[in-house]
Amino acid sequence: MLYRETGQFKTSYAADMAIFPIRQDRIALWGLLIFAFIGIPVMDAFQVWPLRGEYLIRAILIPFLILSLAAVGLNILTGYCGQLSLGSGAFMAIGAYGAYKFGTGVRIPLEIFTIDIPPLPVFWCILLGGVMSAFVGILFGIPSLRIKGLYLAVATLAAQFFFDWVFIRVKWFTNYTSSGSVVAPDLNFFGFFANKPIEKYLVCLVFVTVFALLAKNLVRGNIGRQWMAIRDMDIAAELIGIRPLYAKLSAFAISSFIVGVAGALWAFIYLGAWEPLAFNIDRSFQILFMVIIGGLGSILGSFLGAAFILVLPILLDQVPHALGVPVSVETVSLLVFVVTGALICWLLIVEPHGFARLWSTGKEKLRLWPYPY
Amino acid sequence: MIAFGQFLEVFISGLLAGVLYSLVALGFVLIFKASGVFNFAQGSMVLLAGLALVRSLDWLVAKGFPMWAAIVAGLMFAAVIMAITAFLVERYVLGPLVNQDGLILFMSTIGVTFMIEGAAQFLFGSDVYPLRLFPTDAWFLFEGSFPGGILVSKIDVWGGVIAAVLVAGLALFFQRTKIGRALRAVADDHAAAQSVGIPLDWIWFVVWLVAGLVALVAATVWGTKLGVQFSITFLALKALPVLIIGGFTSVPGAIVGGLIVGAGEKLAEAYLGPFIGGGIEYWFAYVLALIVLLMRPQGLFGERIIERI
Repeated sequence: MLYRETGQFKTSYAADMAIFPIRQDRIALWGLLIFAFIGIPVMDAFQVWPLRGEYLIRAILIPFLILSLAAVGLNILTGYCGQLSLGSGAFMAIGAYGAYKFGTGVRIPLEIFTIDIPPLPVFWCILLGGVMSAFVGILFGIPSLRIKGLYLAVATLAAQFFFDWVFIRVKWFTNYTSSGSVVAPDLNFFGFFANKPIEKYLVCLVFVTVFALLAKNLVRGNIGRQWMAIRDMDIAAELIGIRPLYAKLSAFAISSFIVGVAGALWAFIYLGAWEPLAFNIDRSFQILFMVIIGGLGSILGSFLGAAFILVLPILLDQVPHALGVPVSVETVSLLVFVVTGALICWLLIVEPHGFARLWSTGKEKLRLWPYPY
Repeated sequence: MIAFGQFLEVFISGLLAGVLYSLVALGFVLIFKASGVFNFAQGSMVLLAGLALVRSLDWLVAKGFPMWAAIVAGLMFAAVIMAITAFLVERYVLGPLVNQDGLILFMSTIGVTFMIEGAAQFLFGSDVYPLRLFPTDAWFLFEGSFPGGILVSKIDVWGGVIAAVLVAGLALFFQRTKIGRALRAVADDHAAAQSVGIPLDWIWFVVWLVAGLVALVAATVWGTKLGVQFSITFLALKALPVLIIGGFTSVPGAIVGGLIVGAGEKLAEAYLGPFIGGGIEYWFAYVLALIVLLMRPQGLFGERIIERI
């Protein structure tokens, strides 16, 4: 009844090309954004129920936003361009350490002169971290011109393991701290100090909103169509005049850039102080799961997948407490493993195309409701 | 002469370590050939087999059974566990996913990995359990030619012998038995095999069972070497470059790839390591695999990929 585009006539090209062509979608999106930007800070200020204390914002909302951003980045590469990558953790690490180096000043003594960059403001650091990640992404994307599928996945694993090693062994990246763990600089965004969880949340929200809208626009434009053509069949795409070099490497660059920014946010805002272990292979798999469970080739799906994968273990941890069953912490963690694995398999069996597909079938149903056809 | 002796020692120990990687890679190849599933769970299957073996062995020895009986019973118990795993995986995960995209199947095996890792440690405990099936001391060879001789650890040699027997056994099984012929038919073409009356689900069960038994063999060797513990699952990740180098579909490729990776990373650690910082074993195999891929996208022994529109 409510969700129907009947009567919404498009009278201009601009309206025809709108990013959300259905009015109800626009209203829902604005509602969501207003709730996220104004509702949650207000609720936090008055300590309304779910936001009482800082737990929800600090432990769920902030990581959810950052990992969603990473999932959007990976989705561009894997979901839209069809290049399977198991190296997202490494690209997050490059973003994080790149941002850290720019934030604390880069000094490379060369033979003739010394490259000396003073510490930059945090905002530019985070973006430059993304740029560094994009460069490395292009480098490790080059094999994709020759190999594809699971072979490529293993090639991206090379990036993962190589950078794990680099950030542990090459002390330059950690500014020669003895423990190998580094601390992020002050979060000073043009005079706005993000110290309280709600302020950090808002910073993340701004980044995520901007990049998600950017990604949404990219994938429906020229370049996004090129990526999808490559994904669907690369030889055919090449025959109709799409340059694989340009399409694949641009997907690697943009994806790595977004993943790198997410990595910088993860390190600076969520962790504060971190060591290379924060970006190991488990992180790569976690993000890949988010993309697959959420739906390959869907920006919305990245958010749904991130929410599911992030919240699931937290909820499962609570179940024995809620039921009052006395079990040890170790048993719980093992059972969480089993249940997570089983749920992933079950989801793949009932809906291999992820939550995004469920959402679109739901929308179709909603459009006809309450009439059968 | 010392330098050459040292080189030989590193090289041989690398080759023998490589054989152990091949043992894990073999399981991957078997399943990939027969069902097109890239089975990420192979490493966790090694863990499950090892835990089942070592725990039943300890229990039986504590009950006062003689060692040989305990070993036989333990191996049989572990084999039964692997059979149950194969059945459950085929029936409840891969069966319903027939005809799905390779990526989806790959992700589902990661789900299976979680389940097996959680269940194995839940059922059998999550400590480090020492396994003593093979001698772990070392031989010193050619003491006359080189000062100090060449150190070769016995467990590595045992691993090599077992791998050789295993490959010979698998070759016989694939070439000489009816099931083996059916397996090869399924590997060639699912639909064609099905149309001549080969039951796919049964074949896939057999393949997972064989891969489980290969995992059990790998577990006996790795368990003796490192103790049965969670970190054994990381073997799966080490076996991936082996597969890439050898090709996903080739049994001899898995062996040769293992040898190349084993020898390559040990030599690199010994001769390149001091220059660029230690620990390069960690990623060397992957970079090696990347280089091989750039030259031969299907691996050294993989079937040529022919693409049509």
